[in-house]
Amino acid sequence: MEGITQARPTEAISQPQGWHGIVADWSSDQRAFKSASWGKAMMWIFLLSDTFVFGCFLLSYMTVRMSTTEPWPNPSEVFGLEIAGLSVPLLLIAIMTFILISSSGTMAMAVNFAYRRDRKRTTLLMLATAAFGATFVGMQGFEWTKLIMEGVRPWGNPWGAPQFGSAFFMITGFHGTHVTIGVIFLLIIARKVWRGDFDTERRGFFTSRKGRYEVVEITGLYWHFVDLVWVFIFALFYLW
Amino acid sequence: MAQAMTASADTGHAAGAPAEGQQHPIKLYLVVWGWLFVLSTFSYLVDYFHLQGYLRWSLILLFMMLKAGLIVAIFMHMAWERLALTYAILLPPLLVLVFVAIMVFESDYTMLTRMIFFAPGSG
Repeated sequence: MEGITQARPTEAISQPQGWHGIVADWSSDQRAFKSASWGKAMMWIFLLSDTFVFGCFLLSYMTVRMSTTEPWPNPSEVFGLEIAGLSVPLLLIAIMTFILISSSGTMAMAVNFAYRRDRKRTTLLMLATAAFGATFVGMQGFEWTKLIMEGVRPWGNPWGAPQFGSAFFMITGFHGTHVTIGVIFLLIIARKVWRGDFDTERRGFFTSRKGRYEVVEITGLYWHFVDLVWVFIFALFYLW
Repeated sequence: MAQAMTASADTGHAAGAPAEGQQHPIKLYLVVWGWLFVLSTFSYLVDYFHLQGYLRWSLILLFMMLKAGLIVAIFMHMAWERLALTYAILLPPLLVLVFVAIMVFESDYTMLTRMIFFAPGSG
């Protein structure tokens, strides 16, 4: 099995680089993605499709914002918080951004320790990642509650263009769903790591196949993607 | 150099070393983590100091692209994958920019017709 997923040393050295490498990989009679196992390649392709979903959401948001004749609500004020009588713009969103970045940091280190077969550190870092993610979703719930109580609806709001609400709920809602799924995914894999499934080659309850520590990296790919999407939402929806 | 690192990771495993897959020093991740914090702070400060106009747009987009690049290249290990995968994943999203260009024309047109037909006194 290792022979399929890991290139043999001689093969790795003789593989052509640059454009010749691309042509050689894609035209080779076996598999195109020689540095990535099928699991990793499929996660990348799924993430590519997800990129288009979020791309279309952000694109629709751009279209409604550019074509409305009513003023767009100022996100800096809408998402501001009052702290001790002082209004701080975008405070909650900034904290959420730092929390998600931190979760990406702990995830990246979890992947590293997983390949070193350090079960304890991997599990703890994955649980920390999941905790950051859950905190993020909680803060998003707080934000939604606050805005709904102030009168924001998908069809209107007190401050201007009615499209603001539909774009906001759609984009952040879909992202929050991704974070929630990610937290569940992280907890499932963290449990498998903790139990030592990848050392004892225990078969999965769903696929009946032996897992490998690479699944931590694949989970990480999904998690970093969730952080990546937030980078774009933060810049294009909250800061624009 | 990046390819050499992948190759060494592979041979390292074949030689019976405990390491397998992507192996990079923890320090690299901590440095990227730090940079993401710094860049996020910068983009927050753009809003905090109420920068406006082209300066605001260009700074927001610059920090956004730098952060996205760091996450994809280092955290998601794209810098160490072979180009066949890198281009297969990174080129298609660029086509979304064509879609963006189309929709910019479309929304300008919609805005124009709304101003002509829905403005007070136009009916």
